[in-house]
Amino acid sequence: MELQKFTYDNKLSRMFLYATVLWGVVGMLVGLTIAFELIFPNMSGGLEWLVFSRLRPLHTNGVIFAFVGNGIFLAVYYSTPRLLKTPMYSKTLGQIHFWGWQLIIVLAAITFPLGLTQSKEYAELIWPIDVLVVIIWVVFGLNLIMTIVKRRVKHIYVAIWFYIATWVTIAVLYIVNNIQIPTSFLHSYPVYAGIQDALVQWWYGHNAVAFFLTTPILGMMYYFIPKASNRPIYSYKLSIIHFWALIFLYIWAGPHHLLYSSLPNWAQALGVAFSIMLLAPSWGGMINGLLTLRGAWDKVREDPVLKMFVVGVTAYGMATFEGPMLSLKTVNALSHFTDWTIAHVHIGTLGWNSMMNFGMIYWLAPRLFKTKLWSTKLANTHFWIATTGMLFFAIPLYFAGFTQALMWKQFTPEGYLAYPNFLETVTQILPMYYLRAFGGTLYFIGLILFVINVWKTIAAGKFVRYQEDEAPAKPAPKPNEAWHRKLEGKPLQFTVVALVVILIGGLVEIVPMYLVKSNVPTIPSIKPYSPLELEGRDIYVSEGCYLCHSQMVRPFRSEVERYGEYTKAGETVYDRPFQFGSKRTGPDLAREGVKSLPNYKPSSWHYNHMLNPQKLNPESIMPPYPWLIEKDLDVSDLPAKIRVLTSLGAPYPVGYADGQAMKDLQAQAAEIAADLHNAGIEVEPDKQIIALIAYLQHLGVDLYNGDSQTQLSNK
Amino acid sequence: MKIVIHALEQINGVEIYPIISLIIFFVFFLVVGYLVFTADKSYIEEMKNMPLDKEDDLRENIDNQLEN
Repeated sequence: MELQKFTYDNKLSRMFLYATVLWGVVGMLVGLTIAFELIFPNMSGGLEWLVFSRLRPLHTNGVIFAFVGNGIFLAVYYSTPRLLKTPMYSKTLGQIHFWGWQLIIVLAAITFPLGLTQSKEYAELIWPIDVLVVIIWVVFGLNLIMTIVKRRVKHIYVAIWFYIATWVTIAVLYIVNNIQIPTSFLHSYPVYAGIQDALVQWWYGHNAVAFFLTTPILGMMYYFIPKASNRPIYSYKLSIIHFWALIFLYIWAGPHHLLYSSLPNWAQALGVAFSIMLLAPSWGGMINGLLTLRGAWDKVREDPVLKMFVVGVTAYGMATFEGPMLSLKTVNALSHFTDWTIAHVHIGTLGWNSMMNFGMIYWLAPRLFKTKLWSTKLANTHFWIATTGMLFFAIPLYFAGFTQALMWKQFTPEGYLAYPNFLETVTQILPMYYLRAFGGTLYFIGLILFVINVWKTIAAGKFVRYQEDEAPAKPAPKPNEAWHRKLEGKPLQFTVVALVVILIGGLVEIVPMYLVKSNVPTIPSIKPYSPLELEGRDIYVSEGCYLCHSQMVRPFRSEVERYGEYTKAGETVYDRPFQFGSKRTGPDLAREGVKSLPNYKPSSWHYNHMLNPQKLNPESIMPPYPWLIEKDLDVSDLPAKIRVLTSLGAPYPVGYADGQAMKDLQAQAAEIAADLHNAGIEVEPDKQIIALIAYLQHLGVDLYNGDSQTQLSNK
Repeated sequence: MKIVIHALEQINGVEIYPIISLIIFFVFFLVVGYLVFTADKSYIEEMKNMPLDKEDDLRENIDNQLEN
């Protein structure tokens, strides 16, 4: 058969390689910074854009979408043409993709410290950037799919299936979770409220882990482990089975992030069942990756690339074993809201994602620059420091998680909470936070060694821009082939069918979320937020308070005793976005405003606490928020906000947005300022702190104001 | 978006949709399983070795050059 000659262009691979290394350093440096901020709460120096709650989204988005994301694109742009025996479809689309993605990252790095956020974890970007993400994602998909269409090989290797699943599912998830109505260029409200918003968010959040941090990395694994070990994958059949099982099961597992919340029980049970089943395909993937190295373990001893891959795949196995365990309600009752979750996700990111990225780059850099790795010894040192660092990071946090959860739940023989002061449980685990910061530092030192090694390798070599290859033209399908083979032979049709199959799982899964509405019992005393409370709530969202304070009292004796009545689905109907949170570094705030509860604090306390938390609680690890006291509340968007909320169903009176709303806001602000004045604090009523206090003093009040007998019963 | 939500809420027996989805996927999964286990051996071998095609691999060239 006649061979056709063609050329691979390595330019984009090189660009994505540089971006991966650069954003790896930035993302982890921000992570290290916030790890230290948790031990030294005044480290931010009162500067608003350096405070923990604004930097944390920068860290998570930075490592997920910038570091791991660029690594994924590096793998895709390098392996796809070689597996399909054709250059990428369009160099221009590739360039747009690269620069567009870097622009998104830079915009994220600017907007998060400024407090511009949607507050949905891993979907914090504000709506104009979301639009840009969608455009760039479409550009990427177009380039990928058209390359598949133009391929010379007949069949598509499994790595590319994982890439396709990544593209389709992330597109669906991202769009659905980000359906928002703008109130201004920088702010919007989600169309979903409260418990529905929470369900959509965690359906997204969980599948962002599945389809951004797992499937493309598995694609990477299926290409680069065979390459680096020079042997085929252990079982191709297993790879097909585990591909379909993985994408099928993952899409249903999201509700396990909301166990014991006010989400209906059927949805929680569904999430748990599918999470347990996920163990099978996840371990199928891990076993397939590790067994590929059978008979090559002697190489693993010497080759840092394979070492990285082995620890990466093993960490994947550990994290995907732990995940289903954490989904069990009994385990989740203990683990949720604690540092256990933080430890779990870092086994995934520091172990699985980062190690795979490191291994791939150690393998690729010498090939792209036609040289040897500058120092194998240094790479081995990196390997050991990174592995130790990961363990020093995670193990103390496991202890912190168990310890704190048990302390939260501990009762005295007389039936009182053994540790009624939340702060006591924080102080107890603080040594573990020191160890975590130490582990993070180790990991970061390893990263620096990696950068030096890659830098020196690149400097010593010469970039191979073009690589020649040849392959026969794509053979036509034979008439007597099985239907699925025929389908595979027809690229466009195959892609479409593959997309539709994945879309069914994605789209039909959304239907239950609309069904939840019938599961949200209405509570008559729950009213929409007053204009000032609404502005205060937007400040709460913008500052990222939810990152350390939950607003979800679970139906446990220990929590009801500590915080008050457990959270009902019906009281969240005006919460856009929901503010359940996923971690309690500080206490839950869902009942903060209820005067009859032991946790109630007067407005003056909140004022002083924002100014200097340590003045009130010397051992507190909350950072100060002094700018809230200095900055004026911007109410210019208030009418637009009220209008949007009205259009979404909030029962404000007709014409409220343009007249009475502002008057109500000013009246309530004057009231709070007067209250503070009586406590000896002089503050203008137009400051941000006034709005925030209004919101905090409202939390839980409506629920307790209602008919307490009917409402607070075990409904 | 409101129109979509409204439309979905108006569907009679919409509760059955997720169950249908589950069944579609389960059947699909069984079919994939069957096809995989009855797949042609030579096809599997061919697929397995795809990443290892030598033409695109610089490794040998580099190793040779560095040794020479």
